[in-house]
Amino acid sequence: MSWPVLYAQLVGANRHSTSLGKVWLSVLFIFRVMVLVVAAESVWGDEQSDFTCNTLQPGCENVCYDQFFPVSHIRLWCLQLVFVSTPTLLVAMYVSYRNHSDKKRLLQSSGRAGLLSNKGQEEDLETLKKRRLPVAGALWWTYACSLVFRLLFEGGFMYALYVVYDGFQMPRLVQCDQWPCPNLVDCFISRPTEKTIFTVFMATASSICMVLNMAELSYLVAKAVTR
Amino acid sequence: MNWASFYAVISGVNRHSTGIGRIWLSVLFIFRILVLVVAAESVWGDEKSGFICNTQQPGCNSVCYDHFFPISHIRLWALQLILVSTPALLVAMHVAHRRHVDKRLYKLSGRTNPKDLEQIKTQKMKITGALWWTYVISLLFRIVFEVTFMYLFYMIYPGYKMIRLVKCDSYPCPNTVDCFVSRPTEKTVFTVFMLAVSGVCILLNIAEVFFLVGKACGKHLHTAGDSTMGVWIQQKLCSY
Repeated sequence: MSWPVLYAQLVGANRHSTSLGKVWLSVLFIFRVMVLVVAAESVWGDEQSDFTCNTLQPGCENVCYDQFFPVSHIRLWCLQLVFVSTPTLLVAMYVSYRNHSDKKRLLQSSGRAGLLSNKGQEEDLETLKKRRLPVAGALWWTYACSLVFRLLFEGGFMYALYVVYDGFQMPRLVQCDQWPCPNLVDCFISRPTEKTIFTVFMATASSICMVLNMAELSYLVAKAVTR
Repeated sequence: MNWASFYAVISGVNRHSTGIGRIWLSVLFIFRILVLVVAAESVWGDEKSGFICNTQQPGCNSVCYDHFFPISHIRLWALQLILVSTPALLVAMHVAHRRHVDKRLYKLSGRTNPKDLEQIKTQKMKITGALWWTYVISLLFRIVFEVTFMYLFYMIYPGYKMIRLVKCDSYPCPNTVDCFVSRPTEKTVFTVFMLAVSGVCILLNIAEVFFLVGKACGKHLHTAGDSTMGVWIQQKLCSY
């Protein structure tokens, strides 16, 4: 149970997206999930073991690490990606509910009419399953809501990252005087430059996704207005 | 046997669930199992190596860790997720049994057309009769397991908060020794998150029980036009 399973779910839901939605999904999986898994996780892998403080006092490093890194970047990004992907499943649920009710209606009407042969009914059911619903009516509202939720989650997580880490830059040195550290103690973070590069990269990818979502929302609104 | 194959087994049950049941399953897999695997396991990964006591006494670290963490959060969550998902298999077993019985009846009545037998396999069972009872019992078991684990968590780790410092004086530690837990804030964040989602799942299960009971009552009132009980209930309801 991991990213590939989530990918399979989202790709299935993708059939009913606009083209911007499909671009968004590719950006999400290639530039964010894949980069997170193959690169970022190894950069942050030794974040605690290589967090070194200039003291022999046992426990000082643990406490200082906990003070400066309440939630690791990696975990924030994982949660962000999970939350940002879930509104798409709202759309998938709505589509499957629509298909289910259309199927019921089809079976009821064919049962009453008694005219459709078994093969004709099967063909109709197959086209029902494979058809692509136009983004109109209640589906439009569900889709627009899912885009709004995506934007909120993206913005919320980026803001949280910015607030928790005072910007997107990782300092080389932090000074800590939490008990049991004896005095003000210098603590050194491992790979600060590499972490800054990846933080900026993920923030940029997140902004691109937000821009895509906003463009998709304006496109939907414009399409509805012209209709 | 890992989470992916578990997912394959449980999502097969999805077809016979109600709408709320499907939402519950998605919440379970996305917000609990996925978050557990991709995020929580790495937070708790170094829980023992990062547990440091202010002593050089060999063995003190291990003993104190064992005293304060009898069973890790990650293992408790894994057990909780497995136990909570398995009542759904009761429903799957009942459906398989019903299909087997239907197949036998078809064969006895002489309808051995392979298409008919295929249809039995693929049709969606209605949640009525004995299947309704199996489904409701599975929901009640789910709720009981969830609540039991939440209570267990509260008993073992009071307040759901992970403390930074624990004081330990088990043998062979020389005196009362300060021991520091690794990443306490991050662990508290994830504990609260997993508990919140567990609470959401309990609410979904309760809603599903009410939905099924309501649906069954509605059906009985509708079809029990001739029975005296149904007429009595209808009269009572209409008099308000």
